[in-house]
Amino acid sequence: MLDLLAGFVGELRAAGLPVSLTENIDAMDAVRHVPLDDRPALRAAMAATMVKRPEHRPAFDAVFDAFFSLAPAVADGDDDTDLSALLDEALRSGDEEAVRRLAHLAVARLAGMEEGRGVRGSAYVFKTMRSLDVEGALARLLAGAGWLERDDLAAAGQRIRDEVEAEVRRRLVADRGPQAVARSVRRPLPEDVDFLHASREDLAALQRSLRPLARRMAARLARRRRLGRHGRLDFRRTLRRSLSTGGVPADPRFRRPHPHKPEIVVLADVSGSVATFARFTLQLVHALAGEFSAIRTFVFIDGIDEVTHLFAGADDLAAALVRVHEEADVVAADGHSDYGRALETFWARWGREITPRTSVVILGDARNNYHASSAGVLGDLRRRGRRLWWLNPEPRSYWDTGDSIVAEYAVHCDGVFECRNLRQLEAFVSQIG
Amino acid sequence: MGSSPSGGSRFESVGAVREGLSGVDYLADEATAGVVYLADRLDKPVLVEGPAGTGKTELAKSVARWAGSRLIRLQCYEGLDESKALYEWNYRKQLLRIQAGESSGTTWSDLEDDIFTEEFLLSRPLLEAIRADEPVVLLIDEVDRVEVETEALLLEVLSDWQVSVPEMGTVSATRIPLVFLTSNGTRDLSEALKRRCLYLHLDYPSVEREREIVLARVPELPAHLAGEVARIVRSLRLLDLRKPPSVSETLDWARTLVILGVDELDADVTESTLHVLLKHRADIAAAARELKTAG
Repeated sequence: MLDLLAGFVGELRAAGLPVSLTENIDAMDAVRHVPLDDRPALRAAMAATMVKRPEHRPAFDAVFDAFFSLAPAVADGDDDTDLSALLDEALRSGDEEAVRRLAHLAVARLAGMEEGRGVRGSAYVFKTMRSLDVEGALARLLAGAGWLERDDLAAAGQRIRDEVEAEVRRRLVADRGPQAVARSVRRPLPEDVDFLHASREDLAALQRSLRPLARRMAARLARRRRLGRHGRLDFRRTLRRSLSTGGVPADPRFRRPHPHKPEIVVLADVSGSVATFARFTLQLVHALAGEFSAIRTFVFIDGIDEVTHLFAGADDLAAALVRVHEEADVVAADGHSDYGRALETFWARWGREITPRTSVVILGDARNNYHASSAGVLGDLRRRGRRLWWLNPEPRSYWDTGDSIVAEYAVHCDGVFECRNLRQLEAFVSQIG
Repeated sequence: MGSSPSGGSRFESVGAVREGLSGVDYLADEATAGVVYLADRLDKPVLVEGPAGTGKTELAKSVARWAGSRLIRLQCYEGLDESKALYEWNYRKQLLRIQAGESSGTTWSDLEDDIFTEEFLLSRPLLEAIRADEPVVLLIDEVDRVEVETEALLLEVLSDWQVSVPEMGTVSATRIPLVFLTSNGTRDLSEALKRRCLYLHLDYPSVEREREIVLARVPELPAHLAGEVARIVRSLRLLDLRKPPSVSETLDWARTLVILGVDELDADVTESTLHVLLKHRADIAAAARELKTAG
C-alpha cells in the first residue's frame, strides 16, 4: 500500500500538482481513518489533504482513477444489445446504471483495445465516442428540446463521456498498470494550457477559470495599491480618540492615501494564428476594468481600429468579442498581419492621445509576413507614454525565427514577455497593476 | 508541548456524520461528510472554499448544532488585527487600576504584576476557543478578506493550538476545537495556511441534491415543483451570469412559490419571480431572453 501511495503522489506531482511533504504525510495519516474499499471516502480523504485548488481537481481525479479504480462492475452483456437504443435511453434518462452499462458495452465493442498494444488512453476515448456518435444522437434529441431539456441532455452527454473515459482507464489499468495509464490520460492544469494549441475542452476549462482569476487579481491589485496605507497622521481624529484614554493618544489614526490607477492602452493582433490569445487577454484586462482608470482597446491585422466602445458597458464580454470580429475594420490590404502598417496608422491617428500616464500593451507574435517593421514608431510611443510592454504567445525559442521580428521591436519596449498560458498572463498583469 | 491536548473522536464514522447532519437539515454529500469526519480524527482545521451561498457557513453552524457544541465565530474583514482576533488588554480598566494604586500607595512592581493578569485581559474569539473547557466549534468566516500578513496570526493557533501572550506566557488548548475557515476565493490564501488545513470545495449541488435540499428546507413545496425548481436553477447557473443564483436564493425562490400558491411552473411565473434568484439587471435580462427562446 505504501508503495502504491508513493507512486500515486509521484504521479500527482508529475501532473503538476504541488503536493508538499506535509500534505503527503497528512494524506498517509488520513488514509488510516477510512476503509480502503470505500473508494468515494478514500477519494475524499486524499483530495482533502492534497488538492487545495478546485482547478486541480480534474487532474487529481484522472490520476486517482488510474491508481485506485476497481474492476468493471458490470458483467459483459450479450452482444446483440442495440447500442444506439441504449444511448438514446441513457441520454434521455441520465440514469447512472444505464450510463454505466452503455459505457461498458461501447468500450468493449468500439474502442478496439487489444492487450499489449500502446497505451493511448485519449485515443481510445475519442474512437469510442466517435463510433458511438454521441454528438449525433444529442443533436437529434436536441431538435425538439426546450431550455431545461437541453441542459439535461448536455449533462447526460458529459456523464457518458466521463464514464467512457473511466471505463477505458479501468481496462488499461488491468492491462498495463496504473503508472503508464496515468501518464497517457494526463490532463494539463487550466493555468498551463497553451493558448495556441488548446483543444475545445481545454478552452472551455480556461474560460471557466478566467472569471474567478479576474476576481482574485482585482482583489490583489486593489489590496496592493492600498498597501503602506498609513498615510499622514490624522491629528483631529487621533485627538478625538485620545479622550477615551484620558488624553493619552494610545490609538493614532491616519488619513487614507489616494493612490492613482494606471491608464492602459491595449493593441491586440487578432489575426487567426493568435486570436485565442488576444481573446483571453482582452477578457482578462476588461474584467479588471475597475482597477485601471481607463482602458482603450485597439485591434489590428494589417489595418487598425478602436473597439473600446464595444466593451464599454458590455455585460457580456464574450458577445463584445464577437462584435469586435464582425465590426472592427482591421483589414486594410490582404488580411495578413502587418505590424508595421498597423503601428504607423495608430501613431498617425491616435498617437497624440498617448500621455505620460498611459501604459501601452501590445499583444502579438510579431510575425510580420516580411513587411517593413516600422519599429521606430514604438520608440516614439515609449517616449510619449509611461510604459510599453509586449506580450508574445509563442515559446521564447521560436522568437526571431522565420518572419518573427520580436528583437527589432524589443529594443524599444520596457519588457517583452512570453505569455503562453494563464499562469504567465497572471504574472504579467499583477506586475503592471 | 507537555501534555498534548486531545481533540476528539467525537464522530464515529463518515456515515454517522452524514446522518447526524441531515438530522439538523444539512444534506452533506460524501466528500463533505468525509472531510468533517477526518477533521475530527486528525485534529485539523477545515478550509471550506466555494462560491457565495453554497452553505459554507451553514456547514459549521450545522456541525455545532448537531454536536451540541458552542459556536465561536470570528468574522474576518479588512483591517482585522490581533486585538480583535486574539486578545486585547483592557486599557481603560488598567488605567483605573493604576490611578487607584497611586492613592493607596502600592509599589510599581506589584502594580505591574497585577495589571497584566486574567482580570484585565479581553479574550477575542481565537483565544476564547483555545481556552474553552467544553468542546467548541470555531468558525473563521471569510478568511480571504484579511490581509496576507494577518493570516499569519492564525498559523500559531491552527497548527499548535496555542496563543502566546508576551506578558503572561503561552495559553495552550485543553481541548482541540473543531475549526472551519470559509473563503469565497476572492484571493489566493497563503500556502502556509492551506498546508495546515484540510481542503473542501463546496460547489453548487447537483440537480438531485438541490432537489433534496429544497424538499428538506421547504417541505410545503409540492415534490414535483422541487424537481422543476432545481432544474431551472441549474440551467440558470449554466448561463454566463455575473452572479449565479446561490442555494439560499433557490430556497428563497421555493418559499416565494409556496406563498404565491404556484401549482405549475411555466415561463411566465418563472419570469415574474426571477428577481428572487438574480440580483443584477443584466442577469435578469439574460435569463428572461433564454426563457423566451425556450418557449
